[in-house]
Amino acid sequence: MNPGHLRKNIFVGTVAIAVLVGLYVLNRHRGMSPGLRVTSAEHPLAPEFSLPELTGQPLKLSDYRRKVVLLDFWATWCEPCREEIPHFVELQNKLGDQGFQIIGISMDDGPEPVRAFYPQFKMNYPVVMGNAKIGELYGGVLGLPIAFVLGRDGCIYSKHIGATDISLLEREIEAQLQAERSSPVD
Amino acid sequence: MKPLIKHEKIIRIGAAIAGILLLPMAAFAYQASSIPRSQLLNPDELVKLLQSSAGAKPLIIQVGSHVLYTQAHIPGSEYIGPASSETGLQQLRKRAEPLPRDKFIVIYCGCCPWNHCPNVKPANDALRAMGFTNFKVLYISDNFGANWVDKGYPTAKGD
Repeated sequence: MNPGHLRKNIFVGTVAIAVLVGLYVLNRHRGMSPGLRVTSAEHPLAPEFSLPELTGQPLKLSDYRRKVVLLDFWATWCEPCREEIPHFVELQNKLGDQGFQIIGISMDDGPEPVRAFYPQFKMNYPVVMGNAKIGELYGGVLGLPIAFVLGRDGCIYSKHIGATDISLLEREIEAQLQAERSSPVD
Repeated sequence: MKPLIKHEKIIRIGAAIAGILLLPMAAFAYQASSIPRSQLLNPDELVKLLQSSAGAKPLIIQVGSHVLYTQAHIPGSEYIGPASSETGLQQLRKRAEPLPRDKFIVIYCGCCPWNHCPNVKPANDALRAMGFTNFKVLYISDNFGANWVDKGYPTAKGD
C-alpha cells in the first residue's frame, strides 16, 4: 500500500472513531434531562410514609427528622439508577456522620431482585419497597430515577428527575447540612 | 519495506483501539435508540389516533413496570410486564401469538429516558421476530410522567 494512502486511511479511521465515540457520549448525556430539575419555592413538607425494608421491618420517614435526607426512587432494572448507586454509597460514607441519610425507595415489582442487588452494589443505606401509593404521594413517580433532597425540618428542598449531576446533589446536601432551621418539624 | 511494516503495526494498534472504543457501541445497539425511526410513534400522534373517530384503534401494550402502570397508564392499554425480563417477554409472546400478524399494535414503557429504557427494544425485537408487520413503539423521550401525563393526555390509574 502507498504510504500516502495509508496515512490518509488512518486519518479517516481515527476521525470516524472519534465521531462514533462523540455520538455515544452525547447520547448518554441526553438521558440526564437536567432541564427537568425542579426546585420548589415553597418547600412543602415531605409526605410521611412507613414502608417495609428488605428485612420486612417498617421504616418511617419521621424517624429521620433532624437529618438531611436524600429520598431516591429507583429500580434495579433502571440503568441510570444503577449508575447512581455507587455515588450514593460514597456520599453516605462521606456525609453520614454529619447527619445525612439516604433512603432508597425501590419501585421494582417485588423485593427479590432488590435483595440480590443490595449486597452486590455494597449498598450502605436502607432500601424500602415502594408502591403506587407512595408514588402518588410524591406527585407521581412516572419515570426513574427521581430524587428528593429533604432538609432537617422534613421539607422538600429540591426534586431531580432523571440521572442527576452528583456534584450538584452534593452541593445541595451540604447546603442543607449547614442550614439552620428556626422551626424544625418534630 | 520497513516503513510499511511500521504502518502495519500502526494499523493493528488502531484496530485494537477501535475495538475497545466500539464495545460500548455494541452494547448500545440493544437499547431503544437503535429502534429505527420509522418504527416510532410520537405521543401526540397516538393521542390523535385514539381521539379520531375514523380508523382502527391499536392494541396498546405497556411493557414496563407494574408499579408505574398502576400509577398511570394509557386508557385501554394492557399491562404485560417488563420486556427486559424473560417472564415479561414470554407474556408478550403469549398475548401476541393468537393475533393476526398485521394487527396494529403500539408498545410503550416510559420508565426512563428513551436511550436508557431496557424494555422497548426487546419487545420490539420479539414482535418483529414473530412476524408482526404493523406495530409501533411509542417514543417517550424522558418518561411517561413528563411526556404523557404532564401533557394532559388521557390517563387511567389502577390495574
